Amino acid sequence: MENIIELDNVTKRFGGITALNKASLKVTRGEVVGLIGDNGAGKSTLIKTLVGVYSPDEGDILIRGKKVNAWNALKARESGIETVFQDRALTPQQSIVKNIFMGKELRYPFGFIKEKEQIFEANRLIREIGFTSKLINAESPVGNLSGGERQGVAIARAIYNKAELIVLDEPTNNLSLNETQKVFDFVLNVKKSNRSVLFIGHNIYHVYDISDRFVILDRGEVVHQLNKNDVSTPEELMKIMRETIKAH
Amino acid sequence: MSKNNSYLSNYFHRNGRALGSIGYFVLLMVIFLIGAPEAWIRPNLHQSVFVMMPTLIFLTIPLVFLVASGEIDLSFASTYAVAAYIFALLVKNGVDPAICLVLGIFTGAAIGALVGTLIVVFRLSSLVASLGVLFLLRGVILLLSNSRSITIMEVENHWIYPLLVGNFYGFPMQIFWAAIFVIFCYYFFNKHVFGIHIQHVGDNSVSAEQMGINVNAVKIKAFMFVGVGAAIGGIFTTMITYTFFPTQGFGYLLLALAAVFVGGTPYWGGLGTIIGAVFGVGIIAYMEIGIIAIGWSGEWRQFFNGLIILLALLGHRLHGERVR
Repeated sequence: MENIIELDNVTKRFGGITALNKASLKVTRGEVVGLIGDNGAGKSTLIKTLVGVYSPDEGDILIRGKKVNAWNALKARESGIETVFQDRALTPQQSIVKNIFMGKELRYPFGFIKEKEQIFEANRLIREIGFTSKLINAESPVGNLSGGERQGVAIARAIYNKAELIVLDEPTNNLSLNETQKVFDFVLNVKKSNRSVLFIGHNIYHVYDISDRFVILDRGEVVHQLNKNDVSTPEELMKIMRETIKAH
Repeated sequence: MSKNNSYLSNYFHRNGRALGSIGYFVLLMVIFLIGAPEAWIRPNLHQSVFVMMPTLIFLTIPLVFLVASGEIDLSFASTYAVAAYIFALLVKNGVDPAICLVLGIFTGAAIGALVGTLIVVFRLSSLVASLGVLFLLRGVILLLSNSRSITIMEVENHWIYPLLVGNFYGFPMQIFWAAIFVIFCYYFFNKHVFGIHIQHVGDNSVSAEQMGINVNAVKIKAFMFVGVGAAIGGIFTTMITYTFFPTQGFGYLLLALAAVFVGGTPYWGGLGTIIGAVFGVGIIAYMEIGIIAIGWSGEWRQFFNGLIILLALLGHRLHGERVR
């Protein structure tokens, strides 16, 4: 299977603190990878390095087998990686349409924006995501939306860009059951279209349900990787995680 | 019904602040008209406003971009003089004024780039750092020019003079250039990647960065644009008066800033209005000239400028808090 992205012995330091220590991770096409670990295990740093918000101090990042230099968020997005960040990465005073196309606007020559096309697409996406309120359209400001709806905007962005890898950082935090189910449906749809998902979550039941493979992170190191077949229940996964961390 | 409501509320979200400043402008006109109808009807009142407005527009509109990006700049009032000095000095030394104009504008952009880089790279407070640059550059100008002004009557014989600041059927040419500048900026702010990125960066720079927008580059470009606007304003004024004088531009510092905020651009970043700023400039310019024209004493000017800034802030509050 083709590797969409590969982190090879990546180290990231902040001042004297090593947040990631020779971490290696790959995501292949069509799989859902669950990243788990305690608070402070380095999940967030790993994700932000993977999607180019941080650039690694040591180690390589390979996209479809090819090493990439000067890794950054724009390059990640151009390589087909979209991220739904924990904080949703929205600008609340701006409209939904501006948020969906943030950083990847549809452009005419000389950088002018195809506004009508963007609004049309945004309205389509809003319906696809299932925004129920008639008061909301593409030009409504994001600040007027609920937490679940904001998550919907962040996901709409990933859907529109037809990313090959979608990184979901704590996507079910603060969501209702109904909204959580929507996120799960979304992940399954992505998988069905032979694209990949990297799923980060506190809730081990959510991660267990949705993932094909699990990566356990502890104190900045990838300490264990296992397939769904290796475990039979979320409780067992939890137990393995605790034991691995204790032994580390 | 609900659909109409949402369009209406979105319309007000987008345009409410500009409408507010238009409202203040209309109110001001009504007060002047009632207060001194005979002065208001005389064309020379409006002519003086039209002479002042273009300069203020070149200074104010780029500031809208910068304030929307979440930064502020005070140094533009000195950049204005530096660009004018370079222009006047080179013209005086026989360089073609068209080339001097380009070099002057380039100087403005370069100063903006330096100020922006300083603030962004070292994470300085833009208010304090640009205050420092304001004084520093003014000092440089005073030292270089020996506090002497430069007169450049010769610029009148060059083709750029009638083109830029000449007279067109009784209207000063700079009005047309200012109008073109406003139209350009309107599209640049609302329909161009540069303006849209500025709004994202000023709204939430972390989100913008996560989405691959180069936050620092966007902010530095906004500072450069302010420098360019200041340079254009300074050079135009120098051409109109045929004189560079070393204290020039200082008087515009507070007026241009007032015009930004009176014009409906909130101070917290992420939002801005070009149309509102034009009316903000109109309010400030009429205030500066109108109060005297209607026969009140000049002391009232500062009083009313202060009052209108406070009213504008209250207007922001009525329009709504910053959403997060």
